[in-house]
Amino acid sequence: MPHDHHDHLSPSGHPYRADDDTPLSYWQTMEIAVRELLVEKDITTAEEINAQIDAMDARSPAIGAAVVARAWCDPEFKIRLLADASAASREMGFDIGPMHLIALENTADTHNIVVCTLCSCYPRNLLGLPPDWYKSRAYRSRTVKEPRKVLSEFGVTLPDRMRIRVHDSTADMRYVVIPMRPKGTEDLSQDALAALVTRDSMIGTGIATAPTA
Amino acid sequence: MGTPALANEPLAVGTSVRIRTLMPPGHVRAPVYLRGKTGTIERAIAPFKNPEQLAYGLPAKEHMLYRVRFRAGDVWDKNAENPDDMIEAEIYAHWIEKMDQSHAA
Repeated sequence: MPHDHHDHLSPSGHPYRADDDTPLSYWQTMEIAVRELLVEKDITTAEEINAQIDAMDARSPAIGAAVVARAWCDPEFKIRLLADASAASREMGFDIGPMHLIALENTADTHNIVVCTLCSCYPRNLLGLPPDWYKSRAYRSRTVKEPRKVLSEFGVTLPDRMRIRVHDSTADMRYVVIPMRPKGTEDLSQDALAALVTRDSMIGTGIATAPTA
Repeated sequence: MGTPALANEPLAVGTSVRIRTLMPPGHVRAPVYLRGKTGTIERAIAPFKNPEQLAYGLPAKEHMLYRVRFRAGDVWDKNAENPDDMIEAEIYAHWIEKMDQSHAA
């Protein structure tokens, strides 16, 4: 049994996480059974499974940021990205798997924001794992109903004259927002521009970072 | 107003549509808050196998997948933050009714 701390903080100030001393759930047992069977029957190997986990963990918003920065610099590429974002991402050499991707462009008149009200669909191959809040019931239920309030809590306040397009990722498509290119970035390289493209700006809960003077 | 027909033919961008009001159990991808609401076709995507069958390992029929655009004011009525904001969602053809042309916006 863990020592009973009255304040639930470790000496270093972190909250304790309870040991997982509970029995396996039905689905955990099912996952282990299926995985072990697949290995025993030589359909896959433990090495292959670990390599896939490593590949999933290696995905990060830097992939999406590179795509956005290229779209800012290369108008022909942006046209291809808006027409077929999967093909345009593959053209840059990114292995996005079978993902069906749609790119949405923010403009002076329109701000795009992405949510999955039914579960937590997210363009993982382009942005890595979703943040915890993206999967929360609060974000999922509020974003379609009060997107302006949600955005203001992320520090983004939009004037009434701007239209918001909320994209509910309900089925087979995944979405990436192309944020507006910040002012004063005309002389920056594509790599330097990519560093301004945050994960949240590609979900639509943020905007691209202004360059440091 | 005539009874809306299920949209069997391809729907052009801008067509006025209504999402069906059925309440079936299972892995349904048409969100409840959009059922019975009217919007317009934003784009046709492609045919996909029906997840309502696919999720249970059943033989799945292909249905056209559309993106449908709704006005926030048409979805949330007076509770909309800004009635001219938009909500767009992917909806399969078998959830879409075409609005009577004489009543379409």
